Amino acid sequence: MTSVVTDRYPFLTVIGLEVHAQLKTRTKLFCRCENRFGAAPNTQVCPVCLGLPGALPVINRQAIDLAIRSGLALNCEIPPLTKWDRKQYFYPDLPKGYQISQFDLPICAAGFLDIADPAVESSVRRIGIIRAHLEEDAGKSMHDELAGRTDSRIDLNRCGTPLLEIVSEPDLRSAAEAKAYLSELKLLLTHLDVSDCEMQEGSLRVDANVNLWIETPGGRVATPIAEIKNMNSFRSVERAIQYEAERQYLAWQETGKTIRTESKTTRGWDDTREQTFPQREKEESADYRYFPDPDLLPVRIPREQIEALRESLGDLPAATRQRLESSYQIKPYDADVIVNQGPAMIRYFETVADTAGDGKRASNWIQQDVMRTLKERGETIATFPISAASLGDLLRRVVAGSLDNARARNVFAQMLHSGESVAATIAALGIEVVDSSALDSLCRELLDANPQVVDDFRNGKQQALGSLIGQARKANPNASPQLVRETLLRIVQTL
Amino acid sequence: MSIPLDSALDLLRLQAAGEVTAEQIVAAAFDSIRRTEAEVHAFTYLAEEEAFQAAREVDQKRSRGEPLGPLAGIPIAVKDVLCTRDMPTTCSSRMLQNFRPPYDATVVRKLREADAVLVGKTNMDEFAMGASTETSALGITRNPWDLTRTPGGSSGGAAAVVAAGNVPLSLGTDTGGSIRQPAAFCGITGLKPTYGRCSRFGLIAFASSLDQVGPLAWSVADAALLMNVIGGFDPRDSTSLDLPAVDYRAAAATPDLRGLKVGVIREAVDHEGLDPAIRDAVLETMTICRDAGAELIDVRLPHSRFGVPAYYVVAPCEASSNLSRYDGAHYGYRGEPDANRSAEIGPLAATYCRSRAEGFGPEVKRRILMGTYALSTGYFDAYYLKALKARRLIRGDYDTAFAQADVLLGPTTPSPAFRLGEKVDDPIQMYLCDLFTVGANLAGIPALSIPGGTSPDSLPVGVQLQGPPLGEPQLLRVAAAIQARTDFHRRRPNR
Repeated sequence: MTSVVTDRYPFLTVIGLEVHAQLKTRTKLFCRCENRFGAAPNTQVCPVCLGLPGALPVINRQAIDLAIRSGLALNCEIPPLTKWDRKQYFYPDLPKGYQISQFDLPICAAGFLDIADPAVESSVRRIGIIRAHLEEDAGKSMHDELAGRTDSRIDLNRCGTPLLEIVSEPDLRSAAEAKAYLSELKLLLTHLDVSDCEMQEGSLRVDANVNLWIETPGGRVATPIAEIKNMNSFRSVERAIQYEAERQYLAWQETGKTIRTESKTTRGWDDTREQTFPQREKEESADYRYFPDPDLLPVRIPREQIEALRESLGDLPAATRQRLESSYQIKPYDADVIVNQGPAMIRYFETVADTAGDGKRASNWIQQDVMRTLKERGETIATFPISAASLGDLLRRVVAGSLDNARARNVFAQMLHSGESVAATIAALGIEVVDSSALDSLCRELLDANPQVVDDFRNGKQQALGSLIGQARKANPNASPQLVRETLLRIVQTL
Repeated sequence: MSIPLDSALDLLRLQAAGEVTAEQIVAAAFDSIRRTEAEVHAFTYLAEEEAFQAAREVDQKRSRGEPLGPLAGIPIAVKDVLCTRDMPTTCSSRMLQNFRPPYDATVVRKLREADAVLVGKTNMDEFAMGASTETSALGITRNPWDLTRTPGGSSGGAAAVVAAGNVPLSLGTDTGGSIRQPAAFCGITGLKPTYGRCSRFGLIAFASSLDQVGPLAWSVADAALLMNVIGGFDPRDSTSLDLPAVDYRAAAATPDLRGLKVGVIREAVDHEGLDPAIRDAVLETMTICRDAGAELIDVRLPHSRFGVPAYYVVAPCEASSNLSRYDGAHYGYRGEPDANRSAEIGPLAATYCRSRAEGFGPEVKRRILMGTYALSTGYFDAYYLKALKARRLIRGDYDTAFAQADVLLGPTTPSPAFRLGEKVDDPIQMYLCDLFTVGANLAGIPALSIPGGTSPDSLPVGVQLQGPPLGEPQLLRVAAAIQARTDFHRRRPNR
């Protein structure tokens, strides 16, 4: 008789993430080739990144700075000395037969990242960072999937692109936490402008180490660790972890295999079938034969350099959220939405709010009108046709009462197409500010012509005035409904 | 008139005096090559047409009164491990037999900028692994002093072209003695500079932490002339030393040793494996140094016995990694795997295996295997780290010795040139040729070999001088003083 476990015991999902972020350096990590995505295959290459005989690497100082900035933002220790090691394996997209990476002295040591707990509102989870190290990227193998073709094509443009590999502690406890961690990490790295963090473009790559702690009556049991690869969006990371947790539970029920009996396996994520599947292991047990790269000297990181970089960090997202809440009296939710859009949006918001003199209104307009438009157009704030100063100008007029919201939206829509200034657009739309004497006489005329309305009002029917607002707007489209209402009220009480 | 192809300084003087043209010099060099090459076989490639073109350009520059480089019109040969954009660069290996680099090594570029005339590339042990030039895949080179003997290695071709009277200067490389040992075997002068003095950019790596480019010539004065051109900082080599320029010629022009202390290495002079003729040469050189005003003292290098074992761990480890890039995928030799093997391990791995099996010779494979083994998990500490420890002890010995002496004197090799075929099947005997030379590479210090006597078989023998880091000026000064008082460097093979 085999003992099959059929009871459902409670379990925890234990997740550690390895994130590779491509750094936005001007040139590659060890040569002067441009670090650019999307060029024609094998055009962004030189003897160094092609690994030609005799070529030698020279470290890009900008990559060091970006790595340290990232490390500081992740509360990492920056050791005074870091060095380079060769990780050796054969693959056609790795032309030297080794990858220059960092083994025992990474540029960033222990740190942490605080994330919002997705399960408990206003609660923070602190996720440990084991290390973050610099390494060069490999090229891309394009396996020809046309029928009958067995050859592959290699594009070496990506060879030597700087990567920061950020390794978390296995502190994440759910797929939602993993997603929250990735979102916060992406926000931080884009905020620092060190990486674009686009999973689709490959500038952010995520591997997830997942296993379960199952609480059985006999004590806690840990399932074998699986490393999941090939996930191409935050959503697929979330789904893959959810799938994998369930799979591991069922596998444990079926086989009883635990972390003590099984070594780590590698699994791929199939996005269409929404399943993880076993991947062929690189070797029986990969021995990368790490050793110090004799072509590169260890790098000393002076205290002053670290402190100067720390100074340059400015407000990080968490601090920015708090600042927006207190300086502009907006809600935590709204501050979060704006900050999560990145530094360009934060700057945009602050300019709009300062110019308009109304943070709440700025926040509403940005979230409703600006962000919706961006989403529709698939654009970013950097290319948005209405500048922050213009939107601020528009909202200032709304605040001052010279424009109502509906008219302001007309102006906004027009400006989206024309790119003209607020003043020019208002003029083009024929919107004029109606002066108060003109409004007074218009309202008196209407009240004189509608004694029934005046009577109704006096009998306590406030809404009776509503019909006159419509008539006023018909008579003069520029009349603000709000001002018409105020003027009618003022006059009717003196009658 | 006869053109003195054995002195670059004389050739410069004769050109300046208008007694000979660069074109005449090159013609004489190729006449000489045609007389000796069939027997000596020192070249892997001859660039006759390009050499004449370069020589004519020098002559035209001179006739127009334009400034000329310090090696104007001097024919020079370059070891085939240094990249040349207009000539093949084979490392005397089947793997790179048809490889033409798209760029010049920095030292080669400096030669061109100095208006030197490159006549061709010289034979070597495959990937500089060997001490006899017999591991070359492009045929053996013979010693011009005795055609039944080896010219040494790995820079055997570079030493032989000077000894044969083809050209006054050549460039070699020295990883464990590969300049000094062939210089000793061929009765000429060879200098291995301080690690980092000369750029390694474009030097096809054997063991990156040990490799160094250096000059071969009859006289110390000519070697110093060449050092003036090839030395200096190169931003493309991270291990190159960023120091002010040194005038090596001036150092070699002070043949007076008053105030200098010459340390005699007891372990070397008293070594039981040392040929008596070489011991006599060292003893005679001691007397000459004393006559020139130097004070003689005894020094000890107690850890020197660990030199060869440490070297034969460190060098193969680095070589196993450096040679990973030769996989048949991107350039160089590609083998065609048979169908069975492809089915068994996949077409990619089968291509790797076949390319490397057929592209590399037995000595290269032996070292790749040793290095791969020593870097593997479980052996790294016992071999690689232990060897690094020995390396530190050896460096410490030198520090102690140089606290007492300005230069160290000893033999270059245990024996004079041995017979072709004598050791080629006995790797241990071949490795022991490096007994007295590997220390300088492991410690990164400068060392040179000058002719110091003659064996009973009428073969030249070398004596070695070693200096502290950056001690080339005092090394050249001592060597020049010795050559001012001896005529060993003026003896020529009987042709």
